[in-house]
Amino acid sequence: MSGKLSEYLRNRLKEKKILLMTHTVVGYPSLEDNWRMLQEMQVANVDMVELQMPFSEPIADGPLFVKANQEALKNGIDWNAYFDFMGRAHEKFDFPLLLIGYYNSAFAMGHHSFCSRLAEHGASGYLLPDLPLEEMGDLQDLSREYQLNPIMLCTPTHKDTRLQSICTNGSGFLYCVARKGVTGAVTKIDPMIFEFLKRCRKYSDLPLALGFGLSTGEDLKQLQGHADIAVIGTALLKIWEEKGYEAYRSLLQELAVATA
Amino acid sequence: MWSDIFQTEKPGYYGQFGGMFIPEILRATFEELIAAFESAKTDPSFWMEYVQTMQSYSCRPTPITYLPNLSKKNGGAQIYCKREDLNQTGAHKANNVMGQGLLVKRMGKSRVIAETGAGQHGVATATMAARFGLECKIYMGALDVERQRPNVFWMEQLGAEVVPVTEGSSTLKDAINAAMRDWSASMDDTHYALGTVCGPHPFPTMVSYFQSLIGQESREQILELTGKLPDRIYACVGGGSNASGLFLPFLEDKEVELVGVEAGGHGIESGAHAVRFSSGHIGVAQGYKTYFLQNPEGQMMHTHSIAAGLDYVGVGPILSHLHDEGKVRFSSATDQEVIDAVRLLIRTEGLIPALESTHGLAGLLRESSEMDEEDIVLFNLSGRGDKDIFNIAEALDDPKWREFIHQKSNEYRRSSN
Repeated sequence: MSGKLSEYLRNRLKEKKILLMTHTVVGYPSLEDNWRMLQEMQVANVDMVELQMPFSEPIADGPLFVKANQEALKNGIDWNAYFDFMGRAHEKFDFPLLLIGYYNSAFAMGHHSFCSRLAEHGASGYLLPDLPLEEMGDLQDLSREYQLNPIMLCTPTHKDTRLQSICTNGSGFLYCVARKGVTGAVTKIDPMIFEFLKRCRKYSDLPLALGFGLSTGEDLKQLQGHADIAVIGTALLKIWEEKGYEAYRSLLQELAVATA
Repeated sequence: MWSDIFQTEKPGYYGQFGGMFIPEILRATFEELIAAFESAKTDPSFWMEYVQTMQSYSCRPTPITYLPNLSKKNGGAQIYCKREDLNQTGAHKANNVMGQGLLVKRMGKSRVIAETGAGQHGVATATMAARFGLECKIYMGALDVERQRPNVFWMEQLGAEVVPVTEGSSTLKDAINAAMRDWSASMDDTHYALGTVCGPHPFPTMVSYFQSLIGQESREQILELTGKLPDRIYACVGGGSNASGLFLPFLEDKEVELVGVEAGGHGIESGAHAVRFSSGHIGVAQGYKTYFLQNPEGQMMHTHSIAAGLDYVGVGPILSHLHDEGKVRFSSATDQEVIDAVRLLIRTEGLIPALESTHGLAGLLRESSEMDEEDIVLFNLSGRGDKDIFNIAEALDDPKWREFIHQKSNEYRRSSN
């Protein structure tokens, strides 16, 4: 899978109107719950999954994920536990896996070890929202060497020059952040978002994912024809917490239906 | 020139430390702030406006005071202190917030947010916001809100909204994360007035620039007072803003040894402290690269200090660079040493120091007795302690104070029944 992520996504797009990427914080509520979430994602034919590596200072995350990061650490999730989970998930499920986390984990591990462990456990790539392009150093080369896709983030506040340099350095797909702020708050899908996606499209032919604040099948339908991938993170964890497993399952099914 | 230290090869990097590790959503905001700061820095009228503001609003230049009784009692070198405690709101924090406030006016923003640990920076920011007519929100760890009610009271009186932060360890670092999250949504009309020389570029540079007023004045004043430069200067180091402000203008004076004193808490071996340099490792968090107190997997650890203002996991990247270059030496003082030094300074000189600042003094007292009588040592009395009466009374474990609080509490209880 790795290295050929964009090709895989393009193939999936031949069968679906929009793809679905979902998310879970490894270790929260528990590894067993994470596993059940992934099983349901497989049933819903999810196209790609982000596994968040918990960090003590998650500055890009909203309250729910902040709590999840904190609790996961309290649950004793360390690198070994994380990679062990990723490896098992890679063996069992069909969807490609991405690490999402914060740069200090990669820095503390060392860039080389970070890439080799990701590759060894079946990751297709990684997102580090606090690592800007100019700070990547040898991570770019190492990622190529290990056939990992470093996923770049485009935001509506980017000026054209920066957007262009991010788009041209992108790999796999581009993660377009729908709005200002952190994860979790509600996003209204409006023409501004479509304009923003058009700006990204101008600089890259990679698949475009839209994330931050999406929560319903209706959101996905509205995005069809504008974005290639919809990212659902907080909404899933929220429904798991508030309404439990069955509700989680039916939200995933609602989302799956909306991709067709 | 000492200020050449700001002219770095890679913008915002001091050696391997610093940088801008920020979510992309904030990129344009940081670029705007850097541009505004650079343009202000090259405009001579800006610095003049800043100095005049500090003169008329914050009693600058603050004096240097000779401490003959303490010098005699401790033996050895002659001790002087820079009186940052005489600033508006009682600490050096005023320098930074007024500087950033002037910058906010230049940028035309209408709202400021800030993090605060002990509440000093929060109170300073709230006064600035009141003075400049800005809306103000202060993020403060929920634990600190509990511990620092008097400062919360003042912030609210000054018109600021105080938001208790319950994430993480509910202290300063978590307040910084919360402020950063607010800013990533509110940047159009909002400036984040970070309170110390940490965080992403340009904050370490910008805050050091404003705080360097301390060292610039001190250098002139001590020369005038004593005819020579001090042999050693001391400052406490939490994030490092008062230390950077005092040290940087002395950077090219080879005869002056610069000593930063970190919070030793219950002692390094106890694990309950905030000693980053000897116990920390280089890492990247809260937007910058520096020495952090973190575990081997890069997760930040809990810190402890009797002084809330020093209770922080990271340290300014400029100081980390100067540490690695051997240009600043670092030591630490324990909670107990600090309590002893507070008592000593109060009794011998009639000065009531903040617990934070007293770390610098405690580090000094341990060393200056070994020096010659002709030697001169200077420490930064970065804040005054009388307004922290609740903390200091508790630290000194004063039984009459406790009795008074019980009594007050009973009175309130009776009147609310």
